[in-house]
Amino acid sequence: MADLYQLSSASLDALFAALGADGRRILAPTEADGRSELNPVTRADQVAKDYLQTTLSAKETVFPKVERLLSYTLAPGQVDLVDAEPTVTPTVLFGIRPCEASAFAALDAVFNWDYRDKFFNARLEQLAVIGLGCTRRDDACFCTAVGGGPGATKGSDILLTPMAGGYLAEVLTDKGRAIQALAPDLFQPSQGVDKAALLAEVPAAFDQPALTAKLPALFDSPLWSEQSLRCLGCGACAFVCPTCVCFDIQEEADKTGGRRLRAWDSCGYHMFTLHASGHNPRETQGARWRQRIYHKFSYYPERYGQLGCVGCGKCTRACPVDMNLQEHLVEASQVNP
Amino acid sequence: MELREKAKQLLESGDVKAVLGFEPGTGGVRRPAFARSAAQAEKLVFDGEQNLASYVTHKEVKRLGRVAVAARPDTLRALLQLMGERQIKEGDLLPLVVDADGQVTELPSGEAMEEYLALSAKELPAKDRELLDRLGNMTRQERWDFWQKELSRCIKCYACRSSCPMCYCGHCTMDCNRPQWVPVPSHALGNLEYHMVRAMHLAGRCVECGDCGRACPVGIPIHLLTFNAEESVHAQFGQRAGASAKLDYAMSTFRPDDKETFIR
Repeated sequence: MADLYQLSSASLDALFAALGADGRRILAPTEADGRSELNPVTRADQVAKDYLQTTLSAKETVFPKVERLLSYTLAPGQVDLVDAEPTVTPTVLFGIRPCEASAFAALDAVFNWDYRDKFFNARLEQLAVIGLGCTRRDDACFCTAVGGGPGATKGSDILLTPMAGGYLAEVLTDKGRAIQALAPDLFQPSQGVDKAALLAEVPAAFDQPALTAKLPALFDSPLWSEQSLRCLGCGACAFVCPTCVCFDIQEEADKTGGRRLRAWDSCGYHMFTLHASGHNPRETQGARWRQRIYHKFSYYPERYGQLGCVGCGKCTRACPVDMNLQEHLVEASQVNP
Repeated sequence: MELREKAKQLLESGDVKAVLGFEPGTGGVRRPAFARSAAQAEKLVFDGEQNLASYVTHKEVKRLGRVAVAARPDTLRALLQLMGERQIKEGDLLPLVVDADGQVTELPSGEAMEEYLALSAKELPAKDRELLDRLGNMTRQERWDFWQKELSRCIKCYACRSSCPMCYCGHCTMDCNRPQWVPVPSHALGNLEYHMVRAMHLAGRCVECGDCGRACPVGIPIHLLTFNAEESVHAQFGQRAGASAKLDYAMSTFRPDDKETFIR
């Protein structure tokens, strides 16, 4: 059970100062030129006031878009190999939504599946999340259909819920208590606050367990190619997704040396499964779109016991042609195998 | 005849297998839509922004058979350019234009499309013209800094390439890996090389629809690069992309009387 406190809006600057004094970088949603994005902040007035979501997800903090894994130098008869070590800045993510906070578990499932990824883990260990509950939603949101909610605590070390004068603060984990200990006076005991009444209403849009159970039988349905006719085959959805974890390994080298890089990749690209022979097991965009749905709603539950989607809706908002994920899942829920 | 009625007629007669238009999407936005039956034609609207010509080269769309495409002037330009580059044939598709009263006209040939376009000269949106002028008035260093800052946000999702009607290559140079011409990762060099190559490849071919800029999820005004290249070709050679189905594209045409001596 979480410890309940109240945090006044006026005390955020003091909290940020305490975090800064502890050597932590604070990343929070900012708004400039019509864009919501995560940026380093030091004062509360730098944090966006009326944002719903940032365009990109917070996964970059643990899984950057490009990462060097190793480098080497070449000389006649000699190779000098140097393993890269992760550069880690102790970071507090302030104000990300509960959906995004819960997404780190889906990344963790892959990066610590059969091998412990040192880059991911080093960053995750130094990351604390102060989540912010949602008082409104938009048409892309569907957290409640995938086990989350506008006030869900999973993944947050502290969860703030906006209320008159400040926030209801739930201190949830040891990392959260460590933050609280940096500025204990700011956290005033709270009683009798009706959290649910402060939050947005997000009715569950579809029955996810039923959909997951049905997907194997829908594999050959024409539904996927019909839904994906509109899809352009870009990687916007995958790259803004807080749980999409696929990466490519690239070698950049010349005669004197090189480096091996890990970069974001997307199953929506036709190259993703293209074999050296020229054969492509996912030859059409329909097969690739199906893979995107199945990976998140069928293979993830089967392999990791959790979903690969948190219902944040970032993919829907980023898509140039409005491939609304929720709408497509509702449609899949309604067809008969 | 209005768009929905025309679409139903075309689909019922079997004249086309699909009608490509728009439909209301999330929160009322307009998005591309494929109507493949008379019932589906009920959802069609015309007032979307995207250039639907980007779909006609998709193999999934080509497999449908002949399609009708609701076309704004930029869409027609892209279709003409695609004909000029021999990516589509006249009979493969049926462009439909909609006038101010909602009445639909079929433009079944390249010639009909050219005639229709001759009535409306290409004008860049005032906002883009202003931005291009601002960039043009910058020093090289300022312009470099502008693009370095903008491209630092690029995540290389290729939404710009995917939304572009002229980026139809089945195997883009970006995807070549034997050899790997352009770095794949979204680091500074990878981003810069990608966008430079794309701008060069679109010089004289860009119909200036702006879809690449609209598609960018992180708000990079990437269309300004190709607009600038296109405007430059127009200034040098007096050509505009998408003006004709039989255009001798300036950047791939050799003439013995070329004004430049280096090429003769």
